[in-house]
Amino acid sequence: MKSRLTLFILLVASVAALAQGPAIENAHLIQPSDLAQLLQSKDPKPLIFNIGPRMLYDQAHITGAELIGPATDPRGIDALKARVRTLPKKQFIVLYCGCCPWSHCPNVEPAYQQLRSLGFTNVKVLFIANNIGTDWVYKGYPTVRGQ
Amino acid sequence: MKTLVCLVALFCAAAVASSAQVKSGDTAPAFSVVSLNGHRANLADYKGKVVLLNFWATWCTPCQKEIPRFIAFQREQEAKGFQVIGISMDDSDPPVRAFTAKLKTNYPIAMGTTKLAESYGGVLGLPITFLVDRNGRIARRYEGAVDLDAMERDIKKLLEVDRNESNRDHR
Repeated sequence: MKSRLTLFILLVASVAALAQGPAIENAHLIQPSDLAQLLQSKDPKPLIFNIGPRMLYDQAHITGAELIGPATDPRGIDALKARVRTLPKKQFIVLYCGCCPWSHCPNVEPAYQQLRSLGFTNVKVLFIANNIGTDWVYKGYPTVRGQ
Repeated sequence: MKTLVCLVALFCAAAVASSAQVKSGDTAPAFSVVSLNGHRANLADYKGKVVLLNFWATWCTPCQKEIPRFIAFQREQEAKGFQVIGISMDDSDPPVRAFTAKLKTNYPIAMGTTKLAESYGGVLGLPITFLVDRNGRIARRYEGAVDLDAMERDIKKLLEVDRNESNRDHR
């Protein structure tokens, strides 16, 4: 009986964790308002990697962001690995996608885990609750429109 | 200098206007796309019908959940003058072909372009769906994971509205 209860609790906890979205610690998230402020300041800028689909990037992307490609696709992970190969492990990197609501984004977690496994220690993921339009572009944060 | 400032201001205003979101009551931007099965689909050809225009992608989980319902909407409401059109925002078509074959979609699906997305105010997140009334006007815009039962009620309400009646309402 006790083991069944434990299994049930574990199942509920797993479902709840999935519903919350990518498993990335709060300390490694950055809020859109904070990144926007950083980009508009005179402070050193992070490298910003878009690990979402090209179709969205081509319409609008964060000023200075580089398109890497969807991290759910092995080609996206390969492109990410190639891009960071020569970077110092302490390089400040911001990853973002914004293709879907945070709880459904398939790209941020694999990209984040890849950089962590490569030893990068200063990686933040942009927390986009809804999508890149609502949470960044339409808020008037620094954006490049069009290709 | 003054002229230069004016020109820059005009350019910026035009850029903002071109990316302005379409809203309820606006005429749905015209488009012509070739579906994955090779047939051309023009929005104008569906005037007189209620059109559900769905921007989606295979990697978008809320989109994946919607599509079986859209297949059902198409099957159940087609005779009343209803049409679904799917626009995939995937970067390439092989995953779209595989996905739609698996689900046996019963409505036209075409690959999207940035131009088409921008004409609808930008598709900067998925899914985004528009309901277009029988007169070619935007009736509703849905963004993100939405209540599909509520969407179905909206479709049924629009289907009940006669084309002439809808015209009178907008005069």
